Formats: sequence, structure tokens, C-alpha cells
Amino acid sequence: MLNVVNARLQKLFLGIVFCLVTPVLAAQPLPVVASFSILADMVREVGGPHIEVTSLVGPNTDSHVFNPTPADAKRIASARLVFVNGLGFEGWLDRLVKASGYRGPIVIASKGVKSPLQLKDDHHHAGASKGHGHQHSHGAPDPHAWQNLANAERYVETIRIALAAALPAHSAVFEQRAADYNKRIRALDQATKAQIATVPVERRRVITSHDAFGYFAAAYGVTFYPLQGLATGSEPTAAEVVRVIDLIKKNKVTAIFTENISDPRVLERIAKDSGAKVGGRLYADALTEPGTAADTYLKMFELNVATIVQGMSGKASP
Amino acid sequence: MVFDWFVLAYAWFFQPFVEYDFMRRALVACLAIGLACGPIGTILVLRRMSLAGDAIAHAVLPGAAVGFIFFGLSLPAMTIGSFVAAALMALLAAAVTRWTAQKEDASFASFYLITLALGVMLIATSDSKVDLLHFLFGSVLAIDGESLLLIGGASSLTLLGLAVIWRPLIVECFDPVFLRSVGGRGGLVHQLFMLMVVLTLVSAFQALGTLMAVGLLMLPATAARFWCAGVVARALLAAGFGALSGAAGLLISYHANVPPGPAIVLFAGGLYLLSLCLGVRESLRLVWFPAHQHKEA
Repeated sequence: MLNVVNARLQKLFLGIVFCLVTPVLAAQPLPVVASFSILADMVREVGGPHIEVTSLVGPNTDSHVFNPTPADAKRIASARLVFVNGLGFEGWLDRLVKASGYRGPIVIASKGVKSPLQLKDDHHHAGASKGHGHQHSHGAPDPHAWQNLANAERYVETIRIALAAALPAHSAVFEQRAADYNKRIRALDQATKAQIATVPVERRRVITSHDAFGYFAAAYGVTFYPLQGLATGSEPTAAEVVRVIDLIKKNKVTAIFTENISDPRVLERIAKDSGAKVGGRLYADALTEPGTAADTYLKMFELNVATIVQGMSGKASP
Repeated sequence: MVFDWFVLAYAWFFQPFVEYDFMRRALVACLAIGLACGPIGTILVLRRMSLAGDAIAHAVLPGAAVGFIFFGLSLPAMTIGSFVAAALMALLAAAVTRWTAQKEDASFASFYLITLALGVMLIATSDSKVDLLHFLFGSVLAIDGESLLLIGGASSLTLLGLAVIWRPLIVECFDPVFLRSVGGRGGLVHQLFMLMVVLTLVSAFQALGTLMAVGLLMLPATAARFWCAGVVARALLAAGFGALSGAAGLLISYHANVPPGPAIVLFAGGLYLLSLCLGVRESLRLVWFPAHQHKEA
């Protein structure tokens, strides 16, 4: 009983301290944490100089098998706002937040996505704090909503509302920046549709190493055949490899793409066996290092589209 | 009728390998690994070192990590790194056992835990965090010419080396004092043998990954012990079991749509359980129904 009272007093005390400290902090950029690199980039675009974003899962790193360190818990604890993708993407996050003692708001960026897609097959998203994947049952939502630019606009809106609530003084700036950003997103969306339209419908069939392009497929009319079992920690079966080789040999598939975060060996083997060309590398769940070709969300998306279109139209890989 | 059966058997057992290049490569790799693993595993069982393979499998991590940090995702660099790390671990553990009163299992456990933690630390602090462990979980379906050469070379080297040190090795297993009395160098033979264990395992990682490779090393050997008494016969049978498991596991993966690594090891495990129950030497059947066996004999 005494403990409970004590804990409440402590909370009250902390609350008072925060109230006292907040006006001082407001002059400095607001410390914000995003769960992975793509989301961090979107938050940075909207927040501009008024916030300081760190990404928990860094560039070129697989969020599926992320291993949080104490430094990550510290980052969350000292953040004023935490952005996550949601839709089951960050299985490791709840425990990390709990462990860090963070009590502020958690913003689910995918909140505004209308009718999220379902995963067709088993897809592993790890609760990686223990290193063991936990498997979604059939009918789990597909978390990779950012692979459709129309969804990115909804992410931006959710991010803007959350930032405006945290820093009401700058809400006009956020609104301006979000509108600018959305304009660029919409322009890329138009360009993407125009580019895909240059490829005949029957050639729009490609193979990827994991099931991350469901939203892209639905939005832009490209059929992706993911090679199952490559996502994380497991290997594909011989029957699966045979299925993919046969698909290519029947001339139904025009290109094979590898990814920046997964093991390319099996896909390269398949390409050699089937005579198909490896069409290049796609970026699904992570940006690349700052200063490289795909270090922002829009650059990443543009590069993916260019790679896919080039692969499908049968030109040499970049 | 007979012809129909023949066609069916062909479709089941041969067609996958005839039709698909990746299946042929996988088969050759599995056969090579199985052949080398049989004799090595048999001697490990004889020396009561059945868990040494597991320890070595965990010790490759820092070597692979160092190879990765300096050369990126290059299979040769990571393989050489793995070999050096595991060989150092095995030789150190064996040396400590010779020099001090510590038993082999205790020194192996100590050294592999140190190397494992070192490897995890190296991976965690390296810049790119691509799932390195995933690369250590090799895939038998992704074997290219380079890996195949490496696996074949390592297996041949192991078998040749074993042939050279076979006699002193066996003598040392059963009567180390006698070997010393005739001037044999037991320590050297043992160290050479440990190097071959490491070589076999590191090459098997290419195909099966660290965890599954140990399965193909030990299970055929433990199964063979229920069928024959002679060391040579056991080693040959174990090599046969290993090769059979490799081929059968691939076919199971092909027909039943399951991952090949665990399928291969589970088939070897099935052979072990079968041998345990029905074998002609000290199996459960003979332990539980000795009288019945007596009459038959």
C-alpha cells in the first residue's frame, strides 16, 4: 500500500518536474524516436529543424531481426515522442518501451491507412529481443504499407497531427512542411504510375526475396512472386525453389530482384539455373547509409521504381 | 506393371536431380559432406567427444565476423575466418586438456563459450547489421561452384588425412599408453584429428549451417554403432548413412515442401532411432528380449 502511494507521489513529482522543464526544452529541438529508418525520414521531413529524430533500427538493417541494446532503451526514455509503423511490424517494441520506462505518447504512423492488406502466406516478423521469430498466423496484416505512396501521404498526416500536438507553437510550420512533402509524394506517385504504364501488362511479373511489396503490387499493378522462407532465419524449400524456376522458365516472370537486407544467394542460384537476369537490388524495409543512393524515403522509392521498370522491360541491370 | 513402377521410381528419385541443376549441386555437396562426416563422427564417438562438434560449431562465429568486418559478405573470407577461429579454439581446448588436469569436455565448454560471446560482441558492434547469423545458416540449395569446390576439397583432404593418421589415431583411442611406449606421438595425432573435425564442419556449414552440420556429423556415427563392432566397418556404415541422409533429405524437401537442412538431419535422426531399436548390436531389441534372441541364434 505504502509502495503504491510512494509510486504515485513519485509520478506526481516527475510530472511537476516535466512541467517545469518543458518550457526550457521547447527552445531546443524536440527529441523524437522513430522505429526504423524510413519512418524516421518521414518524421524528419515534417518536423524540420524543430525536432531531432533518431531511428532505432538503422539504415541497411533488417527490422525483423533487430536486437535492441541498452542505448536504444535510453534513447526511448529520453524521447518526448515515439513513432512506430504498427500493423505488427515492430514486434520487439512493446517490451523495449516498457523496459525503458517511457510514458509519453506512441504514435502509430500507419493509423490512417485504410483497409490494410493481409499477408497471404507465413511471414516472419521477429520479436527479436530474444532472437526468436514469432510467426504470424494467416490473415495477419501486411505492415509494409509505405510501399504505396498514397499511404505515405496518410503517414505524413498522422505525423503532422502528432507533432503539432507536441509542439503547438510550431503547428503552422509543420502544416506547411507536410503540405510540401505531400506534394512531392503525389508527384512521385504520378511519375511511378506513368513509368509502370510503359511496360506491357504481361511483362509486369517479377520475383523478390521477401513478401514486402504487397502494397506496391496492389497500387501500381505489378505482380510480385516472393520466394517464401527467405524473410528471416529460415531457408526456402527445394519445392519452393523448383516452383520459382518453373515460373521463370514458363516465361511468366521477367526479372528477379534481391534486397538490401536479405541473403541473395538462393536468388542468384535461381537466376543462374533458370537463365533469368538478376534485375538489381530493391529496398524494402530500410534506407541505405546517408549520402548513398537510397538514403531518403522518396529517393528509395524512386530507385525501386526505376529498378523494377528497367528489369521488367528487359534492359540490363543498373 | 513393372514398367509403371519403374517410371514412378524414376520420377520420385531421379527426375528432381536430372531436371534441376541446383538439386544436383546440393546432392553432390551432401554426398561429399556425408562421406567425410561418417569416419570423423565415428572417432568422435569412440573418444567420447560427441559434443565437441557442437562446441566447434559455436566457435566459428568470431572468425566469420572478423572476415565479414574486413571483407564484407565474401564467402571465402568468412570461411577462412571461421576455420581459423574454430581451429584455434579446438587446439587450445585440446592443449589445456593435455597440460592440466581439466577434462576435455570442461575445457571445450569454456573455450567455446568465450569464442561465442566474442563473436556476438563483434557482430553487434560492427556497422552493418545484416543478419550475419543468417549467412552462417547456409543453404544447401544455394551452393555455387565455389562452395562445391570448397566442400569437395575439404572432404577429400579430411579423408586422405584420416587415412594417414588412422592407425595411431585408433591406437590412441583404445590404449594411449601403448602408443607412447612404441614412440607414437599421441598429442600430435590428436591435434591433427581436431583440425580435420574443424575442416569438415566448416565446409559443412556452407551447405547446412552451423546447427544442422553437427547433426550430419554425429547422427550417422551414433546410428552405425548399433550395427557393427569394428571401427572401420562403423566408419564406412556411418559414411553411407550420412550420404543416404543427404540424398533422402533433399528428396523430402523437394516432394514435401519443407526446408532441406532440417529434413536431412531429421532423416539421419530417423536412421538413428531405427538403429537404436532394431540394430544387431546392443540395441533396445536385444536388451529387452535377450532370451528370444538367444533361441534364434
